[in-house]
Amino acid sequence: MVDDLARVGYLADEGTATAAWLAWRTSRPLLLEGEPGVGKTSLATALAQVLGRDLVRLQCYEGIDASAALYDWDHPRQLLHVRALEAAGGVDADALEHDLWSRRFLLPRPLLRSLEAPSVLLVDELDRADDEFEAFLLELLSDFAVTIPEYGTVTAEVPPLVVVTSNRTREVHDALKRRCYYHWVEHPDLERETAIVRRSVPEADAALAAGVARVVARLRDEDLLKAPGVAESIDWARTLHALGATTVEPAAAARTLGAVLKYREDQQRVAAHLAELLAEPA
Amino acid sequence: MSLAPTTAPAPGPDLTAELTGLADALRRAGVDIPAGAARAAVVALAALAQTPGPAAGEPSRAATYWATRLTLCSRPDDLAVFDEVFALWFDRAEWAGDVRRGVTLPTYRDVPVPGDQADAGDVEVASAPPTASRLEVLRHRDVAALDAEDRALVAHLLGRMAHRPAHRRSRRTRPGHHGRVDLRRVVREAVRTGGDPVHWPRRQRWPRPRRTVVLLDVSGSMRRYAETYLLFAHALVRSQPNAEVFSLGTRLTCLTRAFRSTDPQRSADEVARRVVDWSGGTRLGEGLAVFLDRWGRRGTARGAVVVVVSDGWERGDATLLGEQMEQLHRLAHRVVWANPNRARPGFAPRTAGLVAALPHVDAFVDGHSVAALEALTDEIAGSTRPGTAGGRRA
Repeated sequence: MVDDLARVGYLADEGTATAAWLAWRTSRPLLLEGEPGVGKTSLATALAQVLGRDLVRLQCYEGIDASAALYDWDHPRQLLHVRALEAAGGVDADALEHDLWSRRFLLPRPLLRSLEAPSVLLVDELDRADDEFEAFLLELLSDFAVTIPEYGTVTAEVPPLVVVTSNRTREVHDALKRRCYYHWVEHPDLERETAIVRRSVPEADAALAAGVARVVARLRDEDLLKAPGVAESIDWARTLHALGATTVEPAAAARTLGAVLKYREDQQRVAAHLAELLAEPA
Repeated sequence: MSLAPTTAPAPGPDLTAELTGLADALRRAGVDIPAGAARAAVVALAALAQTPGPAAGEPSRAATYWATRLTLCSRPDDLAVFDEVFALWFDRAEWAGDVRRGVTLPTYRDVPVPGDQADAGDVEVASAPPTASRLEVLRHRDVAALDAEDRALVAHLLGRMAHRPAHRRSRRTRPGHHGRVDLRRVVREAVRTGGDPVHWPRRQRWPRPRRTVVLLDVSGSMRRYAETYLLFAHALVRSQPNAEVFSLGTRLTCLTRAFRSTDPQRSADEVARRVVDWSGGTRLGEGLAVFLDRWGRRGTARGAVVVVVSDGWERGDATLLGEQMEQLHRLAHRVVWANPNRARPGFAPRTAGLVAALPHVDAFVDGHSVAALEALTDEIAGSTRPGTAGGRRA
């Protein structure tokens, strides 16, 4: 699995790869937690590529409900249909009823789409959704089936590989955790991060990639409001390369600090001892 | 799948018993193991054993490690404990102690109160039926100076306290008189009327409860109010499903789950198990920094009503506390500071901690009596009850 993921550009560590493999083999959802920017979301993208399946993404937010996540009915078309039949004369109410709540007027939203074709379902930032939604998701994750009152039950022929991510703004319910593999995704180590940067910004110098990874690793040990993630490393390497830098040199680094640090307080704190941070290890 | 073969001892013949044993050891070390997790571990291990390559056949230590970690752990705090217990388990070493050693916390029955040499044991609340006037007097008394019998009554009052959350408009809708047309119902009715919508039912946005977050100072100077605030927090978590409670002392501990039990005593025991810095020092600034970093900025504090319960005796750096309070104030909808000492005669917010924190607080209220806590619940709900003490704006 490590190799498969590497082929599509995701350099996973052993734990992440094992978790993904198990989730796929045992049809059990995978719950990923970890600092923002460690690659939770991109793992789902990579898995979809590896398995050759569609990626169905559901971004959670407060107030998300069934009609946004699961399905909705195409009401304007339903109304037109009723009027058209009426205009054509004689409407059989029973037949009409049956007609109206059929598949042709059903609009699948992400969750239903993930059941209809083999897919990787990414439920992103579940902690943003509210309790009701989590309970509703539980039902789907238990049997990979949903019941639509007017229509019937839709069951997945091939269960989707489900990846759930959470940023831990609140604790995900035990009932959901019970159904998932739980994996905490760490920041990559220096070697892996260098490799990731080199892969993502192949045009940049090898020394630049290694330098960015080294400095970012040091920044993560600083007392910052928001520690940089892998995405920031890649951004920074790209920005530095665009400025013509071949190593992380102080002048260019000072000008591009905004690519790595997203809070003014953090930038000020780091700028004060930037030279020290950039220093090569003795 | 590259699972490096190791020379680790393979699990015994009875894999299920083996893994159940590991789960038990973890439970003893304080990890909440999800129900059915041991079975899931067996399934996972069996699946890993089928992978082609070096890991086939006998499960390797790496395979066993991941199969159990992925199924038996369910929060980041579990991971360090897991690693320790897993290593011990496979080396067949005796599990010496509890990683999360709990300290004994005062229970609801015997809180040590200065000047209270008499019975700290159980007190029959029913022995002298409280009169309405006695209850009214009790509501306004400082809870730190009550005898055991009165404390039992206060516990009763607090247990029944009605917590109301503040509200905000949500994106969810319900049938109503305003808002967008409910097309689903229009279509349903149009079937009966041959396509002509006779009337237009609507759905409107509805207010949703805001999250309440309580940060409880559990340092030594707050000891005499511990029992009261544990009951307060218990009632809060029981009545507001999205409330969160944390303890702040020398470290930060999330207590919300401990309060999920309906029985206050069981909740207290669970709190005791979790809070390792009970009655220790106060480093509010550092605790707040951890709260904002791990929880607050990611969303727990965003748009919430945050209540800090503390006397503001900061042993750490008050500048840090000020900075963190400023951050908190930017994230939260409202910040309320409740201080049990505020009602004392001659009180003035002179401690370095309070001086640094108060500029970033929306309301600074009393916190010493049942009446003050009732006023605090009104403050949380965003309304002020007439004729109650406290609630003065900072």
